[in-house]
Amino acid sequence: MKVKMLSRNPDNYVRETKLDLQRVPRNYDPTLHPFEVPREYVRALNATKLERVFAKPFLASLDGHRDGVNCLAKHPKSLATVLSGACDGEVRIWNLTKRKCIRTIQAHEGFVRGICTRFCGTSFFTVGDDKTVKQWKMDGPGYGEEEEPLHTILGKTVYTGIDHHWKDPAFATCGQQVDIWDEQRTSPICSMTWGFDSINSVKFNPIETFLLGSCASDRNIVLYDMRQATPLKKVILDMRTNTICWNPMEAFIFTAANEDYNLYTFDMRALDTPVMVHMDHVSAVLDVDYCPTGKEFVSASFDKSIRIFPVDKSRSREVYHTRRMQHVICVCWTADSRYIMCGSDEMNIRLWKAHASEKLGVLASRERAAQDYNRKLKEKFQHYPQIRRIACHRHLPKSIYSQIQEQRVMREARRRKELNRRKHSKPGSVPVVSERKKHVLAVVK
Amino acid sequence: MQATKINMIQAMQGLLALNQQEELVDLPNNYPLSVSEDEGDSDRERKHQKLLEAIGSLDEKNRWKLAERSEASLKILEFTVSSERSEEKLVLSDLLDPVRTSSSLAAMKKQLNRVKSRKTVELPLNKKEVEQIHREVAFNKASQTLSKWDPIVLKNRQAEQLLFPLEKQQSPFVHIELVFSGYKARTPLEQEIFNLLHKNKQPVTDPLLSPMEKASLKAMSLEEAKMHRAELQRARALQSYYEARAKREKKIKSKKFHRFVKKEKAKKALKDFDQLWKVNPTVALDELEKTEKARMIERMSLKHQNSGKWAKSKTNMARYDLEARQAVQKQLAKNKELTEKLQVISESEDEERGAKEEDPLVPDRVNEIQMCADWPNPWMLRNCNSNEKEGEIQTDPEQLPEPVVRKFSTSEEDERPEAEEEILLEESEERPSLRKRFQLNQDTEPVGSQETKDSSNQGILSKLRALNQKLNKENHHSKKQTVSQAGTILQGQREECASEKEQYLLLQRPERVQILEELEDLGKEGHFQNKELPRPLLKWDKMKRNLNNQTDAPKGQKKEQVIDLQNFLITKSPSMKSLAIPTAIEELEDEEERNLKQMIKEAFAGDDVIRDFLKEKREAVETNKPKDVDLTLPGWGKWGGVCLKPNAKKRCRFLIKAPEGPPRKDKNLPNVIINEKRNIHAAAHQVQVVPYPFTHYQQFERTIQTPIGSSWNTQRAFQKLTTPKVVTKPGHIIKPIKAEDVGCHSSSKSDLSVIQSITARPTGNHKKQLKKNFID
Repeated sequence: MKVKMLSRNPDNYVRETKLDLQRVPRNYDPTLHPFEVPREYVRALNATKLERVFAKPFLASLDGHRDGVNCLAKHPKSLATVLSGACDGEVRIWNLTKRKCIRTIQAHEGFVRGICTRFCGTSFFTVGDDKTVKQWKMDGPGYGEEEEPLHTILGKTVYTGIDHHWKDPAFATCGQQVDIWDEQRTSPICSMTWGFDSINSVKFNPIETFLLGSCASDRNIVLYDMRQATPLKKVILDMRTNTICWNPMEAFIFTAANEDYNLYTFDMRALDTPVMVHMDHVSAVLDVDYCPTGKEFVSASFDKSIRIFPVDKSRSREVYHTRRMQHVICVCWTADSRYIMCGSDEMNIRLWKAHASEKLGVLASRERAAQDYNRKLKEKFQHYPQIRRIACHRHLPKSIYSQIQEQRVMREARRRKELNRRKHSKPGSVPVVSERKKHVLAVVK
Repeated sequence: MQATKINMIQAMQGLLALNQQEELVDLPNNYPLSVSEDEGDSDRERKHQKLLEAIGSLDEKNRWKLAERSEASLKILEFTVSSERSEEKLVLSDLLDPVRTSSSLAAMKKQLNRVKSRKTVELPLNKKEVEQIHREVAFNKASQTLSKWDPIVLKNRQAEQLLFPLEKQQSPFVHIELVFSGYKARTPLEQEIFNLLHKNKQPVTDPLLSPMEKASLKAMSLEEAKMHRAELQRARALQSYYEARAKREKKIKSKKFHRFVKKEKAKKALKDFDQLWKVNPTVALDELEKTEKARMIERMSLKHQNSGKWAKSKTNMARYDLEARQAVQKQLAKNKELTEKLQVISESEDEERGAKEEDPLVPDRVNEIQMCADWPNPWMLRNCNSNEKEGEIQTDPEQLPEPVVRKFSTSEEDERPEAEEEILLEESEERPSLRKRFQLNQDTEPVGSQETKDSSNQGILSKLRALNQKLNKENHHSKKQTVSQAGTILQGQREECASEKEQYLLLQRPERVQILEELEDLGKEGHFQNKELPRPLLKWDKMKRNLNNQTDAPKGQKKEQVIDLQNFLITKSPSMKSLAIPTAIEELEDEEERNLKQMIKEAFAGDDVIRDFLKEKREAVETNKPKDVDLTLPGWGKWGGVCLKPNAKKRCRFLIKAPEGPPRKDKNLPNVIINEKRNIHAAAHQVQVVPYPFTHYQQFERTIQTPIGSSWNTQRAFQKLTTPKVVTKPGHIIKPIKAEDVGCHSSSKSDLSVIQSITARPTGNHKKQLKKNFID
């Protein structure tokens, strides 16, 4: 029997010398491949549809807490480890690959208000309602040992938040004032205060590490300089800011999650006008965390959803929700920028994909090329009405949907009223205030 | 000394004049205090004065003297100075007048001097304001440090692609020595290798050159190298000169010069040979033989057949002398014979030889057809066919020019190949232009020999069609079969060949094949009225099979022609013109166009696209025309019913004529339908407004119109166009950007140490510094 073999003539694909031109097996004459735009449009349309078809962002739910999850922290060295503190004072350490809790600590009495890891990843700090700051080892206790904190600091007032310095063995707590602590000491090195209201959260700048930002319940955001031990500036907004997050790639940019359903991205050198107002939530925004690439951030809201915003867009590109997820209290973007974790009232931590339709696992090069091409096509044709309609279409829970409608009506009414007022008053007496400036009440030097 | 004193006092006067409003009491109050503070030796003086006073008090006379006053006053002041009575103000200079003389009051003078320079201390600010100032200073400082990030942030925002994690993992460079130091040879083999290496002083460390190599490198000194280089340069220059000279010499046209050169060369060769003869006679003999052989070969070649002295003279004489002519012919014949002898070797391949023989005679076009015959694609034969047609147009027998006729006769007279050759030789200049005619002449020759001139055109056509069908059938046979057929027929043919050699030679011409088509076409066009089928069809068929290579092309052509005989009739018949070349070219172009049209027609042979299109267009025009509105009510004002129609007058009255719309855009474009209505289904997919980042619709259109897919771009371009903006590595932690990563330096001091140093030192100093900063 004669076996027919597949054979190729090397003359067809091997160059004689290096200097020869590469053989082009395809004729790129444009006349041979007509209708570029319609063909690409159809491809873009299909890619958009497929993106929506494959958009399955929810990966896993980590359950085990016996009360609402109040705070989350990511491990600085290990992608698979995540720490969470609950409202009953319990701290759990999770392994994401196994999706299991690997350690449980009864850290505080009452809420665990804040949790942060040390930059080296060997220990972590918690603050609770019992007026203590506790430092814990990341590894569990040996056999027979008791679960005990490395250090415990007893304070005079309740601490509401904690953050660790990115390079030095120092951390900052907030409560009545912002305290900066040396890890070795039991009293703060310096405490900074400006005003008398309680401070919700404090965050170190990850790039210029001597800068801190905090937000207080008297509606203001205060910036501090740790080196000079003084506050720098204060901006007062319409409503209370719940937390802020610094951009990990742009030293002077931070985003504030506000009670007035919006997020504000500020350049800290020009606080009088936010760089961008991000609006899409329909209830108070409780937490915000930046993507490690600094291009996007995720926000958790009281409206039982989390949203992903591009830094330079005022509208969100994605909204995640499930029927069981209640008010989302904390959220964090994992350090490899692929996943999002959110902790909510109903005791679960949920793991989401950052890009809803992204394929997990190793991609073949052709697959990746196709993915890139589709992404580019979607970007190219994003302004086309059909494509935009499909790309923007999201299913929302009824409550959120109706609230959005309601707020649209309200906003429209407000706008109309202002228009009318301007129409019927002396020209120039009712100035046009841009959306960005509207929400900033004052900047205090 | 005096002068300085005066100066000082004048200065004090000026100062005091400025501070006239101030109470004078201040000054004396200040005065002793400051004295006690600043002057050490003034204490001693005071003590001394006290002592003097004490001594004075002992003496009553002295005490009285002290109370004595030189001027009268109502109120006596403590310091015995008063300005109340005299209404003028007291001036310091008055007071200081006596001082001028005494030198013991230097301390006071100094004090006054200081008063002049010192300003009053301002009130300290309240705490709130101080804090604000601190904050502002600190903020300015912080924003300054932050502004160094501006270019980096901008760069990252505008970057085409960002790769995360940002920090580059530098492969830790380990010096080879370090690696080597830890290594020990354990096995005997390794030890042996090491021994060898050490013996040869093989280097292990950085400069990877053995001492020997180093020495060799050092061997060539600079001067030597320079010399070497110069030598090389000279050699290169010489070479280039030589080359240039050779080129120049080659270009020289003078025969004389070349002859001269040749002679020179010959002389030189002779000289060399003589020398060689003396030295080594055997080698010289060999050499001689070789040269002789070369000469013979040269002479034997066709190059010299009519360039020799004798041949030249004979050709000159040939015009007038019969003998000379014969001699020339004889020589040519001889030549032919000689060349023929060489070809006898390949006897088995008669056909090929024949073809080869004819090759110079055969027009290029025919060769092309032969090539075409191998192509599987019948469409590609178009060009060749068109050429053939052109040829055939020229074949019109009435218009054959005279020389051809003459030649025709000659070829009839002596059919020997030699004669043919001779003629060709004679008219070698005319050949390219006349070749075609000649061949055609030959083609028509057999036609001429037949004598059925009055058979009808129809008959020929029918016969030809039958032939076509036959050929088509043959086409369906596998190629192999046809080849074998050809082979068998070849055998038979060879036997025939002996008997009718002359005919065979003629038939073997590839152009022969054209006759068929020519006939057919001519018949169709109606120009070929007086001709008839030249030979029995069967024979033609056979012949074709013989030359199956050549028949393929006509087969293809015929197939096409079967498809659209009508079309051929529709297309304009080529105008009959004389054989001028430019017209031929024109016709060629015409042909091409026609071919193109024909090709399209052939592609859509089954369906009449044009008619369909026209119909469609008519319909489109009809539907888009504004329609008249007929408002007649049948039965209004008259009886109405099934077969009753409202009368024409009424209809005319109630008919509202639609206004003529604007002229259609495709009115003058016969091949286009322009739909002027907006298509709703398409509009749903179209962008209505120019989207945000674009300022002009053309910009937007341009971006849309550049395709990014790999069907329109090369692989490289495609990859470049589709690079994602952000690339992250799965499973890698992306850390916040660091100053070290992007190349700008940050302060080496840790924040903690700074804050500790601040909290450790007294705040006063710190504040002072801050204030200084603020003032700056």
